[in-house]
Amino acid sequence: MASIKEHSKTPERLVGGHRLCGGCGASIAVRQVLLGAGADAEVVVGAATGCLEVSTTALPYSSWNTSFIHNAFENAAATITGVEAAYQGLKAAGRIAQDKQIKFVAFGGDGGTYDIGFQSLSGALERGHDFVYVCYDNGAYMNTGIQRSSATPHYAWATTAEVGSALAGKPQRRKDLTSIVAAHHIPYVAQASVGNWKDLVDKAERAFATPGPAFINVLAPCPRGWRYDSSQTIEVSRLAFKTKFWPLFEVRDGIWSMKEVREKDVLPLEEFLKVQGRFKHLFKPGNEHLIERLQTEVDEAYEYIRKMCVITA
Amino acid sequence: MAEVTVLAATGNMMVAEAFRQAAPDVIAAYPITPQTAIVENYAKYVAEGRVHTEFVAVESEHSALSACVGASAAGARVVTATSSQGLALMYEELHIAAGMRLPIIMANANRALSAPINIHGDHSDVMGGRDSGWIILFAETAQEAYDNSIIAFRVAEHPAVQLPVMTTLDGFITTHAMERCELLDDGTVEAYVGKRRPQNPLIGGAAPVGHGMFASLGGTYFELKQAQRRAVCGSAPHILTEGQKWAAVCGRDFDFIDSFACDDADYILVVLGSAAGNARVVAKELRAAGIKAGVAKIRVFRPFPASELRDVLQGAKAVGILDRSDSFGAPYAPVGLDVRTALYDLDTRIPTRNYVYGLGGADVTLDAMRQAFSELQSLAAGHLDQGLSYLGTR
Repeated sequence: MASIKEHSKTPERLVGGHRLCGGCGASIAVRQVLLGAGADAEVVVGAATGCLEVSTTALPYSSWNTSFIHNAFENAAATITGVEAAYQGLKAAGRIAQDKQIKFVAFGGDGGTYDIGFQSLSGALERGHDFVYVCYDNGAYMNTGIQRSSATPHYAWATTAEVGSALAGKPQRRKDLTSIVAAHHIPYVAQASVGNWKDLVDKAERAFATPGPAFINVLAPCPRGWRYDSSQTIEVSRLAFKTKFWPLFEVRDGIWSMKEVREKDVLPLEEFLKVQGRFKHLFKPGNEHLIERLQTEVDEAYEYIRKMCVITA
Repeated sequence: MAEVTVLAATGNMMVAEAFRQAAPDVIAAYPITPQTAIVENYAKYVAEGRVHTEFVAVESEHSALSACVGASAAGARVVTATSSQGLALMYEELHIAAGMRLPIIMANANRALSAPINIHGDHSDVMGGRDSGWIILFAETAQEAYDNSIIAFRVAEHPAVQLPVMTTLDGFITTHAMERCELLDDGTVEAYVGKRRPQNPLIGGAAPVGHGMFASLGGTYFELKQAQRRAVCGSAPHILTEGQKWAAVCGRDFDFIDSFACDDADYILVVLGSAAGNARVVAKELRAAGIKAGVAKIRVFRPFPASELRDVLQGAKAVGILDRSDSFGAPYAPVGLDVRTALYDLDTRIPTRNYVYGLGGADVTLDAMRQAFSELQSLAAGHLDQGLSYLGTR
């Protein structure tokens, strides 16, 4: 794995001046992931419709120092694998050099990945293209205004899962997309967070180095949607890790491994919830059982990954 | 000199051969009746090592065209094939492929749309894409499907065109019926289609490029759409030139409209695709009986050849417009709307009747054609009003 000194020499592939919000987790995720491609690699980036895409490609400008393609919302995986197929086909035709190496990566939000782009992603993984898919998971449809997705946490407020006398935010648990992707038995799957940069960049490096499909689900907090101050993105990400809400794990050729939270560092889930306005209704008297329920679900999910690590070791 | 192999083949077989001969770098496709044989045949070429093409066996038609968009933007020569519900599922991508100005060649086996579900031939699927910015060609026969498919590469990839082309053939009638066909040798086709010279490819270019960028409020979106209209309309002379170049190679004529006995005709039926044959048979019959009947078959549907059609129809006393789809709630069916619009610019008003026929593969009989021609005579004589009717329903 490259050192921070080496990474510091890698040219920025997503440059400043884009229009994402201050404190946006998506741009941090993208810059960290692209460090993992290595300094010299030629990279083609694909993006699903979403905050990242609209904020970095407003004509006549582009914030990308790489070749870039956006197609639509639900098809970033199909599109980037079309690009990868072109690379294979043009190589076979002798129209590009046999030794020419290009990295293909697609970025989609949780709406574009967990929900509307789920089929496209699953198909692309199953076909075995050589590409990396990165989901920047901010837990809702932020670009359209904080609507709930299947990545939205249980009981979180969203504009289509409101809080009122009849409803306490989203009534359903979130989808465990990373495990579902692991069930495709592709060579590399990881879950990471912008709050643990070294872990994320190392995972990106492994993803890019792996022949075949690789997937990384990156927790990328959204100050607007989560209702916290934009200076707190990294802190909130770290709380997600320390409260076990967002376990950092990877699945390499079917072997699961987890970066465990050190026992002395483990925090109760409230520490993650209380800094975010989207969970504030949970702290109203009478809602204690909701937090307890959420804590149980988080513990169960964490335990599931632990067990997978044991089973596949 | 071109070597010609005469063979018995279906439209699907001929389209697959045309694709093979054009040597695409990528095919991304999904099975759907009655197109499936195209991708099955192509999968055989791949398995036999006869092509270098990367075969992307996607999980849906939406992903098929999405992958084609990525591959074409990357600089590859790209083909796909679909039909009916598959084309409908691609609707979003039809507009994106055209708006991004990406050459993609897609065969469509024209088929009815649900509901009720029906797998047989009509033009309901294609008409859903007629405003999407694709160049759309209609084939009457397996031979024409082959010729159109080959010409499509030259047109789509032409530096002044840079648009996707849909080359269509009628489901089951043209896709599955075995006909006498002529297949030219690979070298001749290869020499005609040449290699794609991509503009601003994602890979292999000198500098990074951006495809599918964001154009929000303001003039850019609006102006790009104006440029798109110019591009589609402006593709017409290139379609004619490239089509006629192929005509010189293969010895079969090419034009926007295939007119049969229209020069002095009093009564003309306008038709797309496979029904043209029956219309011609009846026109011949009527000619033998001293009635001046003609048939105008539209081969290039988008861009719509309005002025060429006016030239063909201007001397007629009445025109019948055959539509194998409907535009529910519109004053006329799709071809009816276009043909009547074209005729509006003539000084003399030609009365028309619009006939919806053969939906869901319903038989298109000679009697139905006789009825249409007979009604045109009544229309011209003032005994029948203009309007739309369904031809051949019980």
